Amino acid sequence: MPRADITDLFRIDDLLSDEEKAARDTVARFVDAEVLPIIGKHFREGTFPAHLVPRLAELGVLGANLQGYGCAGMNTVTYGLILQELERGDSGLRSFASVQGSLCMFPIHAYGSEEQKQRFLPSMARGERIGCFGLTESDFGSNPGGMRTRARKEGDHYVLNGSKAWITNGAIADVAIVWAKTDDGGPESVRGFLVEKGMPGFSAREIPGKFSLRASVTSELSFQDVRVPASNVLPGVVGLKGPLSCLNNARLGIAFAVTGAAIACFEGAREYAQSRVQFDGRSIASYQLTQEKLADMLQEIVKAQLVGLRLARLKDEGKSTPVMVSLAKRNNVKSALDIARVARGIYGANGITDDYPPIRHMLNLESVFTYEGTHEVHTLVLGKAITGIDAFN
Amino acid sequence: MKILVTAKRVEDPESKIKVKPDGSGIVQEGLKYKINPFDEIGVEEGLRLAAKHGGEVVVVSIGTKDVQEQLRHALAMGATRAVWVNHAGALDQLGIAALLQKVVEKEKPDLVVLGKQSIDDDQNQVGQYLAEFLGWGQATFASKVESLESEAEKNKVPAVALTADGKAVRVVREVDNGLATLEVQLPAVVTTDLRLNQPRYASLPGIMKAKSKPIEELTPEKLGVDVTPRIQVLKMSAPPARKAGIKVPDVATLVEKLHNEAKVV
Ligand SMILES: Cc1cc2nc3c(=O)[nH]c(=O)nc-3n(C[C@H](O)[C@H](O)[C@H](O)COP(=O)(O)OP(=O)(O)OC[C@H]3O[C@@H](n4cnc5c(N)ncnc54)[C@H](O)[C@@H]3O)c2cc1C
Repeated sequence: MPRADITDLFRIDDLLSDEEKAARDTVARFVDAEVLPIIGKHFREGTFPAHLVPRLAELGVLGANLQGYGCAGMNTVTYGLILQELERGDSGLRSFASVQGSLCMFPIHAYGSEEQKQRFLPSMARGERIGCFGLTESDFGSNPGGMRTRARKEGDHYVLNGSKAWITNGAIADVAIVWAKTDDGGPESVRGFLVEKGMPGFSAREIPGKFSLRASVTSELSFQDVRVPASNVLPGVVGLKGPLSCLNNARLGIAFAVTGAAIACFEGAREYAQSRVQFDGRSIASYQLTQEKLADMLQEIVKAQLVGLRLARLKDEGKSTPVMVSLAKRNNVKSALDIARVARGIYGANGITDDYPPIRHMLNLESVFTYEGTHEVHTLVLGKAITGIDAFN
Repeated sequence: MKILVTAKRVEDPESKIKVKPDGSGIVQEGLKYKINPFDEIGVEEGLRLAAKHGGEVVVVSIGTKDVQEQLRHALAMGATRAVWVNHAGALDQLGIAALLQKVVEKEKPDLVVLGKQSIDDDQNQVGQYLAEFLGWGQATFASKVESLESEAEKNKVPAVALTADGKAVRVVREVDNGLATLEVQLPAVVTTDLRLNQPRYASLPGIMKAKSKPIEELTPEKLGVDVTPRIQVLKMSAPPARKAGIKVPDVATLVEKLHNEAKVV
């Protein structure tokens, strides 16, 4: 379904090139035809729509912003637009694409040896190999520098011990990018390890009971004396800046993407409000309280899109900074979450069922609010940039 | 096998089309455009034939600079190059067919594939005129026996079949009572029906590659064609709005109303 004219009130489309629009439209068409009809069922049943992975690969979505190695080589704006359409379908599917592209293929592309790039990237772009990114541990979320997972060097191998929690794609991954401290060093000793499925001592277990991102796999990873060949260590980066640079990329994509969920909620709520009649044969859209809700939604969507687009353009010009990313992630995720909650309310009782999309988006966005740096953590990043005072500790 | 396919720019069928108050045309403001869906099916069929038998797909469109968007779409799907006949202003089906005839004489394809009609003015004439002007055989309303859920469709098997000697194509066409099979000597003109295939998505790498594929610019003057329309559109008007239906309580009332009010049973 094309966007309602009102959604692009600020003619943001005019700021996009023909290729950028073509890329967005091709993914939008895919989402309309192949995601929207089935995603509610996957959310209800808590299953990941794995059959869509080869379709995403065929479209060229996986690692679309990387150059070479079978990747499409698109700019950041296009990458953001693609993710925004996937998010309009479901944040779980978008999370899959963000993790595969920004958190797994990106570090191999940026920090991997030539041999690692040849071995992993083309098959990951084809969706034949699924990746996951293991940074968070159950006791170290907002403070990953405290991680306990350790890698001890033994000849031409590293021996990995520890565990990771809340890992997207974990139980379906063929390769896990695991960040671990070497020996007993501090955060500056962190290295990235390519741990492959089947390596003895490596196991993954799905985390049950999620009410959010139900169409995405979230797992715990465990490592017991896993022998990882030295050739599976990412040679190009040492220290926490490795995982943080990946997150910075992924967050930018997420900040751009979440507006997709907001648009789905806004357009759905607008249509519903116009057709739902209460009192005197009038639609609920004809009441001022509903109109204010819809006006607030649209206003936030316009702002969020401009923030996302400007950030992506700055990134393409090599001028984006992590502080900008924090502002965009903080603003756009919060506004998308607010929009989803208000949209849920406009649907009344219907809104609490999965027959309509807002509650699915709303619940999904609770995860997005927490992952990739919680809302509060981004507040502190901004606070530090504004005042010069570090309030983390 | 060289295949020439048309790619007309048409209003997106999901846009809201409004007729101008003076009836001189439709309101362009705020409209979205896309490739004529029947032409997109043609591009898909061309790509499948080229993949199976070797060769290339060349895509052609007539109109202002805007039609380059539809040409790029076909290039992103996989066509090798494009021909753009630059023309602003009214055209009728005879003019379009005359321009295409010249493009065909220049390109010398083995097969020309067009949509059976374009969804803007639904004329269903250009393919037939073109075959007549060229003196070629034609197979219109190409369809296929297999469903769009079949294995053949999943494996992107072309529905238009080349004969063993490579000199003709066999085309299944939709006719009133079912399906008819025609064999046409090459070169030939084929027009596509809706159930011929399910067009592929333009992939992201395809969109990137399309940027550097060549679009050759021609004009009616360069092709030596006088396109002054012989048909004039006098007035456009929207179809009358449909009246809301009614709900009947039971079958007996339905039959009664069909009999006494609608007078159909
Ligand atoms: C669905 C899902 C998927 C995920 N996927 C991945 C993945 O693929 N890979 C990965 O590595 N991780 C992943 N994560 C983990 C995610 O990054 C962490 O959950 C996140 O960093 C927050 O950590 P935490 O849950 O331990 O919360 P905590 O750090 O314990 O935070 C709890 C609360 O305290 C607040 N807080 C913490 N510190 C401060 C402070 N200094 N000042 C003020 N407030 C503070 C937080 O903002 C939050 O509100 C995923 C999480 C979810 C929910």
